[in-house]
Amino acid sequence: MKHSAGDYLILDEKSGTWRENPEQVVRDDVEKHYWLHVGRTILKDWRLYLMLVPTILVFLFWRYMPMYELLGSFKVDDVVKPVADQYFKGFSNFKGLLLGTGTYASLSTDFWRAMRNTFLLSFYGLLFGFPMPIILALFFNEIKSDLLRSTYQVFTYLPKFMSTVVMTSLVVMLIKQGSDTTGAPPGIVSQLLANLGLISQQTAKAGLLNNPNYFRAIYQISGIWETAGYDSIVFFAAIIAISPTSYEAAQIDGANKWAQMRYVVLPSILSTIVIMLITRIGSMLSIGYEKVLLLSEGRINTYQTAEVISTFAWRIKANQSGLASAAEMMNNVVGMLLVIGANTIARKASNVSLY
Amino acid sequence: MKRKLEISELIFKIISYTLLTVFALCCLYPFLYAVSASISGRHAVEYQELILFPKNVQFEAFREMFSRNEFWNAYSNTLFLTIYGTVWSLFVAILGGYALSKKRLLFRKFFNFFLVFTMWFSAGIVPQYLNYIATKRVFNGMGIMDDKWLVVIAMGMAAMNIILLRNAFENVPSEIEEAAIVDGATELQVLQKVFIPMSKSTIATVALFFAISRWNGYFWARQMISNTNEQPLQVYIRNILETYTDLEQLGGWSYNYAPDSIIFALIVCSIIPILIIYPFIQKYFAKGTNAGGVKE
Repeated sequence: MKHSAGDYLILDEKSGTWRENPEQVVRDDVEKHYWLHVGRTILKDWRLYLMLVPTILVFLFWRYMPMYELLGSFKVDDVVKPVADQYFKGFSNFKGLLLGTGTYASLSTDFWRAMRNTFLLSFYGLLFGFPMPIILALFFNEIKSDLLRSTYQVFTYLPKFMSTVVMTSLVVMLIKQGSDTTGAPPGIVSQLLANLGLISQQTAKAGLLNNPNYFRAIYQISGIWETAGYDSIVFFAAIIAISPTSYEAAQIDGANKWAQMRYVVLPSILSTIVIMLITRIGSMLSIGYEKVLLLSEGRINTYQTAEVISTFAWRIKANQSGLASAAEMMNNVVGMLLVIGANTIARKASNVSLY
Repeated sequence: MKRKLEISELIFKIISYTLLTVFALCCLYPFLYAVSASISGRHAVEYQELILFPKNVQFEAFREMFSRNEFWNAYSNTLFLTIYGTVWSLFVAILGGYALSKKRLLFRKFFNFFLVFTMWFSAGIVPQYLNYIATKRVFNGMGIMDDKWLVVIAMGMAAMNIILLRNAFENVPSEIEEAAIVDGATELQVLQKVFIPMSKSTIATVALFFAISRWNGYFWARQMISNTNEQPLQVYIRNILETYTDLEQLGGWSYNYAPDSIIFALIVCSIIPILIIYPFIQKYFAKGTNAGGVKE
């Protein structure tokens, strides 16, 4: 910053002489001894800064230190040594995973399979899972009795509060395989699906979870069961915020239900939809590893549709920690680009942004 | 004109009621089934004879479970993790959120970014696992052999919750704060006497978010806690599920309830506490979700 002479000298109106501008002297001093001033401010206000310390430590140790562990992706696999002491070996882990050179051929195939599964699970989630809460919210809006509506809401939010273990255990039990030795039939939901003709009796008996063709469907349907009700809260809040006069005006203009949806409801909740869509796209690559692991762990033949990047990395971590880190690194970098990209697009398109 | 309009609205209303009823029943059904199956007789459960209501009612499965030390151990471990974990996370989040809500905080933008960045980019489970192993070594070196404390301190913090608290604190009118300061209140007193009482509902929401995630926590508890006596309920349920599902086929099961009933009984026990507090917390959750850190 450049200063003119006028910044330093001011005219004292009483005596008519020039004197030093004290404010500018302080400004200069701050500029020259910036960190000293920072230190002084912090010392004077030390209680406030002390309050920030636990947060910083928690995030530093358990959110940022793992990122440091990602350095292992550039290094020689060596689980015994800490990351700092391992030797650098450049990009060969990444090359191995992406191109499948040399000994990495089979791992590379698995990596690409996992990448594909990750994308497909997210994509189907977006396609089927995303509209569900919006539709539910529209339905909730139709129910004018408060008691009835809150009863429905209580029921549909409920699965969200259950743990992944409880939820997946219920899924496992409801579609469990039948037994040939005891003659026990398959789980109750499998039976229902077989009786409806959606799956064959043999498939039901062999266990839907053991069949790679059904993993994606199970994942999406249980996902909708789990979150659709709860996710509708946001959309419902946006819908009830619409003034009743808007509907009345539309009705006078002769709009039927469909037209009201199209021209009254949709424009009013569009910004909410955009925000939720950004969040959804941003977290596209962070498929819940817990649920995938709990539904597919130990069922090796379902891995061809069930294994996602994080569970792939988890499986190979013992012998190939460098490759595992490299796989997660790529997953996370692409994920971050998706968040930032989606956010930028949304900001440009509709002036709504999340961060 | 008027008539046609009513028909399309009526049709939509009928569709809404029907589909909502179906969906709500689908949401509820697995839990009702679990309750029925946990108290039904062995044959009925093994041969999938019950659809909704229990058959040949027995309470042996529950009795068997309650007589096990492992079950009570797991339950008390879960309580331990939930209570201490929630208190610790809330302590960190309230202090952090308060400091971040102050405009006079130096490097405020940087600290906010420091938090928000973790929402964009997380290292992933393998690096996190390696990091926890390293932390465990440090803890053991300091003489803390109890892995439960590691889980309490290291897990469960979410940037989103701190941001929720920060936004709530920012909305407290500054006049009240100034009045307290004029009366000679220190920073901590201002927080205690002004900010916490004035943002009670957000704090309750965040506390419930923490508590539910602790109660339901599974993966890291399983990875980090090596002593089986210290594992929480979710890990116990999963272990039982993994060992029990094929038990009936091996023969040698001589009780009058099916092995599945034990699993269902465990599931019922683990969701009962949530069901009890659920009606009270439901409205808070709705509020907290809508108050999310969205900027327009």
